[in-house]
Amino acid sequence: MNTIVTILVDGLTYASWLFIVALGLTLVFGVLKILNIAHGSFYAVGAYAAASFTAWGASLKWAPALSLVMLLLAAVAVALVLAPLTERGLLRYFYGRDEVLLVLVTYALFLIMEDLTKLIWGPLPYYVSEPYGLFGNVEMGVQSWVGYDFALVALALLVGVVVWWGLNRTRQGKIVLAVIHSAEVASSMGVNVSRVYMLAFSVGIFLAALGGAFTAPMISVQPGLSVGVIIVSFAVVIIGGLGSIEGAAIGALIVGLARSFAVHVVPVAELFSIYVVMAVVLMFRPEGLFQRTQARKI
Amino acid sequence: MAVVVNVSPAPDAGTRAKDAGRSRLLLGGLGAFALLAVAGWFGPRWLTFLVTMAAANGLVSLGIVCLMRGGVVPFGQGMVFAVGGYAAALIYNKLGFTDALGLALAGGALAVAVAAPFAPLLARYRGIFFAMLTLALSMVTYGLLMKMDALGGSDGFNMSRPTLLGQALPDAHAGYVLYLVTLGIATLMAVLARIYFDSTRGLITLAVRENELRVEYLGGSARRAMMLNFLIAAFCGGLGGALAVMSLGHIDPNFSFWTTSGEFVFVAILAGWQSVAAVFLSSVALEVVRSFSSAYFPNSWQLALGLFLLFVIRFLPRGIGSLWMKRDRT
Repeated sequence: MNTIVTILVDGLTYASWLFIVALGLTLVFGVLKILNIAHGSFYAVGAYAAASFTAWGASLKWAPALSLVMLLLAAVAVALVLAPLTERGLLRYFYGRDEVLLVLVTYALFLIMEDLTKLIWGPLPYYVSEPYGLFGNVEMGVQSWVGYDFALVALALLVGVVVWWGLNRTRQGKIVLAVIHSAEVASSMGVNVSRVYMLAFSVGIFLAALGGAFTAPMISVQPGLSVGVIIVSFAVVIIGGLGSIEGAAIGALIVGLARSFAVHVVPVAELFSIYVVMAVVLMFRPEGLFQRTQARKI
Repeated sequence: MAVVVNVSPAPDAGTRAKDAGRSRLLLGGLGAFALLAVAGWFGPRWLTFLVTMAAANGLVSLGIVCLMRGGVVPFGQGMVFAVGGYAAALIYNKLGFTDALGLALAGGALAVAVAAPFAPLLARYRGIFFAMLTLALSMVTYGLLMKMDALGGSDGFNMSRPTLLGQALPDAHAGYVLYLVTLGIATLMAVLARIYFDSTRGLITLAVRENELRVEYLGGSARRAMMLNFLIAAFCGGLGGALAVMSLGHIDPNFSFWTTSGEFVFVAILAGWQSVAAVFLSSVALEVVRSFSSAYFPNSWQLALGLFLLFVIRFLPRGIGSLWMKRDRT
């Protein structure tokens, strides 16, 4: 019984940050048709920025509760600086090229960012311990959980609802949906497609950085962070179906639970449980669980 | 049995031109091998090692090019690379079979055996789905290897020096002999790849890239072509892995990690799908960039690699092979 609760809570916590990150990945793919390998790098930069921002806040002797605000500000800053730089400075030269080639462009970006983060923040690990204790502990039966984990779940829900609402219930969101459907038609209707591209890319990067910033307190922020994240979030969006919000949520839950089940029951299988799930889904539903099958053009 | 596009008997002049092309190809291969063999004897030891590794890795990329001609890019060739490497090292350590050529062949054959069950499945996928599924397979392999203590887990294990045709390799020239073996196999595979690419079957692959449905309507089988290419790529990858582990003397799960696969794709993209020689040149270029940057800028060699890759994709989208190969007559 205890094991089941542990699996569920661990899986849910893991799924919540993963959902935030994967949502950004799926949004960028939906709009720009780019499967962004560098997404994990933006996650890592978000985590590093969070470390710098909270350290800065602490040095100014701000109240500990403000460290949460610093986490958010870190993610905003990353999106504001890096998203326009990447989209305008690099990606726009490759729009309309083959999808696999675009994957390679972002692979190059991943390589570049991997070294740049090391050059900026150095090879030593950072710890962002301050916000982790803010929510106290939650007692459940004999076990006790860190409140922050549950706060993270709440944040994931909030992010999911906001993005869904923004896309489906606002004018700007509907324009984005129109661009997802057909950039060409949207453009001929007077939509400024390149502005939508930049907006969607910025939101995607913000979500990656947000995921990074809010997981930073739970981990040690060090080089190599991006590699693991990108592979796992790929699995999530592939399972859920590229470009689908519901898919990202379900995919994150499946991956989170599969991983935590493996960790607690068959530790040997931890690393590849996720990929086994992904491979199985790809075999039976190559378009993902939540993607409608598309007819191929002749 | 599906009939592959039927070619009417070629006229005599055409056959002769083909024969002339073949002999030129064979001469070119032999010439390149002889030249490198002589150069290797006089070259410094670090350089022969670098070229050995480049040739072994180039074989894996040659397999990727084989698939790229059909329009798909596998992002998980690290899997067959690792299978080939582990197979060779395990056969050496556990079975006591030590011949370098035999080990290389065994590596290739076992990689094909491991890849074969997935071939019919993968042949159905295109684009990023193919890339992601191969990536998933290689990461499953990585996870398995990390957790298998019998195979050394994350540390991997060592392998001593192989023998060649029953002879132990002398200490002074062991590196040179392995250089010759690797180059010899790489040259042979390069020549065979060229012959395959220009054959009817090989050309069907190009047709699949252009328009798959048309190939099916004309009586060819796109899936069969893709399956065959996948198996050939697996064989090349296994060979490469076995040859790499013989020169390195050590293997670990990183052989199957996705960044390793990424480097193979990098070489294939840099080379483009037109020229076989370009694959090995690109592989050498990568090794040179890697060794020099890790010697002089240990913290920024990936940065250099990334910029280089962007440059190639932007300005040489068909790879360096397009610099000297004729443009398509489409």
